[in-house]
Amino acid sequence: MKDFLDILNRKHMDFKVTPDLFMDIIHESPDITLPAQTAQELREYKSRLTLEKTDKPAVIVGMGTCGLANGAQGVYDTFKEELEKRGIEAELISTGCVGYCAEEVIVDIKLPGYPRLSYARVTPKDVSNLIETTLINHEPVRDKVLGVYHEKSEKRWENLPVINNIPFFKIQQKVVLENCGIIDPENIDQYIVRGGYKGLSRVLKNMSPEDVIEDMLKAGLRGRGGGGFKTGMKWKFARQSEGDKKYLICNADEGDPGAFMDRAILEGDPHRVVEGMVIAAYAIGASEGYIYCRAEYPLAIRRLRKTLADAEKYGLLGDNILNSGFSFKLKIKEGAGAFVCGEETALINSIEGNRGMPRPRPPYPTTEGLWGKPTVINNVETFANVPVIIRRGADWYASIGTATSKGTKIFALSGKVKNVGLVEVPMGTTLRQIVFDVGGGIPDGRRFKAVQIGGPSGGALPESVIDTAIDYENLKEIGAMMGSGGLVVMDETTCMVDLAKYFMTFIMSESCGKCIPCREGTKRLYETLERLTRSYKNENDPEEALLRFQGMVYLERLAKVITTTSLCGLGQTAANPVLSTLHYFRDEYEAHLYERKCPAGVCKELLTYKIDTDKCTGCTLCATKCPVDAIVGERKKAHYIISDKCTRCGQCMMNCNFNAIYVE
Amino acid sequence: MNITINNIEVWANPGETVLEVAEREGIRIPTLCYLKGFSPTGSCRMCMVEVEDQGRLVPSCAFPVYDGMKVKTNSPEVRRARKTIIELLLANHPQDCLVCIRNGNCDLQSLAAEYGVRSYRYVGQRRKGKLDLASPAIERDPEKCILCGRCVRVCHEMQNVGAIDLINRGFNSTVAPAMDRSLNTVACVYCGQCIVHCPVGALREKSDQKRVWEAINNTDKLVVAQIAPAVRVAIGEEFGLQPGEIVTGKIVAALRRMGVDTVFDTNFAADLTIMEEANELIERITLQKTLPMITSCSPGWVKYLEHFYPDLMDHLSTCKSPHEMEGAMIKSYYARKMGINPEKIFVVSVMPCIAKKFEAQRPELGKEFQDVDAVITTRELARMIRVAGLDFSRLPDEGFDDPLGESTGAGAIFGVAGGVMEAALRTAHYMMTGKDMPVIDFSPIRGLQGVKESTVEINGIKLKIAAVSGLKNIDVLLKDIQAGKSEYHFIEVMACPNGCINGGGQPLPSTPEKIQKRTEAIYKIDKGLPKRCSHHNQSIQKLYQEFLEKPGSHTAHDLLHTHYIRRNRY
Amino acid sequence: MNNQSIFEAYPRNDASLLIPLLQNIQTEFGYLPEDQLEKVAEHIGIPLSRVYGVATFYNQFRLKPLGKYVIRVCRGTACHVKGSLDILRILESELGIKAGETTKDFMFSIETVACIGACSIAPVIVINDEYFGGLTPKSIQKLIKKFKDKG
Repeated sequence: MKDFLDILNRKHMDFKVTPDLFMDIIHESPDITLPAQTAQELREYKSRLTLEKTDKPAVIVGMGTCGLANGAQGVYDTFKEELEKRGIEAELISTGCVGYCAEEVIVDIKLPGYPRLSYARVTPKDVSNLIETTLINHEPVRDKVLGVYHEKSEKRWENLPVINNIPFFKIQQKVVLENCGIIDPENIDQYIVRGGYKGLSRVLKNMSPEDVIEDMLKAGLRGRGGGGFKTGMKWKFARQSEGDKKYLICNADEGDPGAFMDRAILEGDPHRVVEGMVIAAYAIGASEGYIYCRAEYPLAIRRLRKTLADAEKYGLLGDNILNSGFSFKLKIKEGAGAFVCGEETALINSIEGNRGMPRPRPPYPTTEGLWGKPTVINNVETFANVPVIIRRGADWYASIGTATSKGTKIFALSGKVKNVGLVEVPMGTTLRQIVFDVGGGIPDGRRFKAVQIGGPSGGALPESVIDTAIDYENLKEIGAMMGSGGLVVMDETTCMVDLAKYFMTFIMSESCGKCIPCREGTKRLYETLERLTRSYKNENDPEEALLRFQGMVYLERLAKVITTTSLCGLGQTAANPVLSTLHYFRDEYEAHLYERKCPAGVCKELLTYKIDTDKCTGCTLCATKCPVDAIVGERKKAHYIISDKCTRCGQCMMNCNFNAIYVE
Repeated sequence: MNITINNIEVWANPGETVLEVAEREGIRIPTLCYLKGFSPTGSCRMCMVEVEDQGRLVPSCAFPVYDGMKVKTNSPEVRRARKTIIELLLANHPQDCLVCIRNGNCDLQSLAAEYGVRSYRYVGQRRKGKLDLASPAIERDPEKCILCGRCVRVCHEMQNVGAIDLINRGFNSTVAPAMDRSLNTVACVYCGQCIVHCPVGALREKSDQKRVWEAINNTDKLVVAQIAPAVRVAIGEEFGLQPGEIVTGKIVAALRRMGVDTVFDTNFAADLTIMEEANELIERITLQKTLPMITSCSPGWVKYLEHFYPDLMDHLSTCKSPHEMEGAMIKSYYARKMGINPEKIFVVSVMPCIAKKFEAQRPELGKEFQDVDAVITTRELARMIRVAGLDFSRLPDEGFDDPLGESTGAGAIFGVAGGVMEAALRTAHYMMTGKDMPVIDFSPIRGLQGVKESTVEINGIKLKIAAVSGLKNIDVLLKDIQAGKSEYHFIEVMACPNGCINGGGQPLPSTPEKIQKRTEAIYKIDKGLPKRCSHHNQSIQKLYQEFLEKPGSHTAHDLLHTHYIRRNRY
Repeated sequence: MNNQSIFEAYPRNDASLLIPLLQNIQTEFGYLPEDQLEKVAEHIGIPLSRVYGVATFYNQFRLKPLGKYVIRVCRGTACHVKGSLDILRILESELGIKAGETTKDFMFSIETVACIGACSIAPVIVINDEYFGGLTPKSIQKLIKKFKDKG
């Protein structure tokens, strides 16, 4: 297939396309006049890329990890097969994630002259109907339609919702995610045609490194990985540090359980990250860089490899980028599975081939980082913000958001919420808006209880504080943190003690073990919570009951010491889930401690299983399934559970066909 | 610049850490993972202090000072943090202090006492670990380990051995050899520096006290003890004496009171070693055999070479180490002279060294019987003296038995790094020129640096020499030898930094100040002796006349020289 | 790829290549055999203890061979609040092994992962490369039976 390089490198052209002009030509700088034929060809190619003017229909399948998990590959294959079988000429394109995970698999169809039409929850069974109705008969399959894109076009789809008006998208503002789910992430031209690498071209031609840093400061961009440190400041420190060599690292070791923003960007728009990195490298004077990506993201890694190769081919990466004299080499490092490597000094140790254990700071990486050289580490989302700041201006960017937190933030919304997905909203949006407007509220008629923000480092926030406008400072004030952006919604069936225990399990198993407060302290915190949720029957030591109380008495003291003395961010925030749940849901802790009950009905050992004698038919299934023979009763007569024998395994309830078993 | 510590203004250098400044000002900040001379890891969090304007506590070992800094080393928050950390360590500790080898000399125990820990506040699961008792020299008890990482760092960064490392992660972390093997199946050289740096009882020597008591109690056995040069300047520390106090006579008295039959001096054998080694050096130079020759009296070093540079084994002097020579002479010359069946002799070496325990078991060191039957460390002897109920400081000074008890200053300085070299030069000079050196003290190879080198001219031959201590320092020289680029004739290597006075078997803890004092004491012994060259030792002369004929003779080779064994790196 | 060529792709004595080399060996062998670790130590020029220390630090590395079916149970927050612990417990009792272990017949291994990012279909497990989402205690039992029957 032809690409920009082919078109602009044609031999018969009487006009020399030097690398520094390359981007200007594509982005149609007014200073350059192209030979008419080339200009024409270029324009046609570009409209084909944007699907603005097409002569044949295009089918675009969302194939990010969540799409694939929902069966996108099958949908794609069926389309391919069916189109071939019917002899229909159509372009079949795979794209990244548009963010609406709950509605996957999402398939867009673009007919010549029509605006792009988006279908939701497509299965291989639907494919034949979609081809028949839409591709052949130009009619929408109404019950599958998600919405229509707002585009200029000759023809219109009548009586269909516009995609930006449906609740999930309405208050979202796609800045970083503008291309995700729209373009083919493996096609560099599709990124370029939508303004990609324009920022880089401008930086290399017209801006000094100091200008770039100044722009970042003016835009107010802050690190999206957790702490919210000013990106411009970090770059400035590294710029000012002396060193014969400097490094730039992209932290793509997204490990927060319940967060997948970075993955979506890497899978859906990888060139954006690379462009941001090259700009950053220029600003700090780095000649080498790494993208440190979780090995659990194979698709992202595969796409990144192609992205780097394509960018190099286009002269946008490597030696003498766009003929500017600036060189930057970028490599991919696969993480080997350690959450703590999200901490920047641990990440550095890991790249150097060591155990991923953090180092004391100072010295900060900006003065002494990778192999002792000045190093800047930013995360994926931070880098993805950079090109658009250059392209649309720092002032424009700074106009979005709140006084201290600028721009947008991407959240991974999941848990007990109707519209699970990836959400990009301006800073200052409230949690309520995200959960109820974008997320559509709680399913199954249940009540909202809390939303966990910031993953294992963050906190669980109850309804009383969810009208807070999201920004770095506000979240800290209410006992949470921005973290990387996981938002997990919980309803009344979630036990907050269990949730805290879940996070402690995670932190405990991910603690690197280097410093004592984190290694030993998180274990003791976990055990305290474990004792709260353990039935006295399963305690083999008579001391245990005393320890349960003792643990609670010392809990806050221990949490404080872990927070103030731990070596790295992981330990310093390790106690947050416990402290925030204790703060907002103390009554639930007390119910576990004093009444030995789990109000949410989650902590199994504290439950009592009972059989509703009215509903029980005496089918004996539960009795045969019970592993400890705790259920007795005669055939065809109501059964009973011997509570002392019952181990609360739940097998009976799971297997009962008459909903006759309940818990108290 | 000026900083304030606990409201008192003090002066500080840029680049210094808070801990360094506090130490200079006499303000004690407790540490567990801190290792002087190494870059800080900041892992134990014991040395946390409060610094104004820093959100949380900072580790003083890693935190650099800045002008106008306000530090508090003793605020309520700091005290509570430290106490909690101690309590957390105790929660994951066997809590068997009463039966622990470090009872009374344990950093964790004394910190718990200092910070007033009065109960086990946190209770829960403890880390399980495999007790490793398989090696002949070092025992590991991972359950006592507090994961400060000091042993790992000295093993890798100071000794370049890397026998142990941190394995697993988080709560399951532990320090162990690769694949969690036993120490005796990996390339551990048994230098014992890990023990010296362990703040608790997780690492200890394999004790031979019981075997020695048994031999003493066995009326059939003639127990002959010998004490190494470095023991006499260190053991006093165990009994509250000043570091560097010379207590040779008291050790002899103690051993006799414990029931040892005969007490000889390893310094005698050091003189003997010099006779053989100087002779070997001259032979290698004149007959143009393999050079440089490298000393072989440090068994940790010998094992290191066997594991990591087996291709260079020819460079090692074939001389046995002094206590092995002493043992060999006791069981041959002395036994014959006294008409004792050597089978009935039990030779005990009192050594500053852990690796000697392994060395004594090497099958090639001994003919019908092992040259040495048991090796106890300085620390073990101190324990035995205590259990024997002796008030060490009030013991009289007694002399060694004859004839293997006489020694010169040359033998004495074997205890410090550079000493073997200096002693050998004194005798080599005599052997080559027939005259003693005009100035006996040879300062270029004295001092506490890891590598010391010099050139001496004897009889027109320019001898290029080096004395190296701490195994990490030897690598460059060995690589040069491998590449055929080495210009040295003679190299002394001691596995432990600063030599035997800082050996793995010496009293704990071993601080730089103590090492300095012990070193000074060794040179004081040398200086104070009427004879300072091995060849002047009359008992040595007599030994050659009556038994060995001359250095390098057939009998000497048979009894005083050895060979080496190729070992695996993994 | 034979063993020799794995090592050839990595220059000697470069410690930063330790993790990539181990990853490559694991891809090749399915786990990290002891003799390979020794070769790695020799090739990279670091002590074996350090290689072992790194291999036991990261979740990705296995020192024992895995089963034919590797079941990865997502333990992300979204999966947790939707009951993934129950799913894990059932898997463990059905297969008679704990997370991190492999059945004696080398048919199944169970692993847990922090988050695989398929929160929309929580609770989710991945068997080899195939995703199974929206699981319930009942459906997981059926699913495992299917794989057991398939052999």
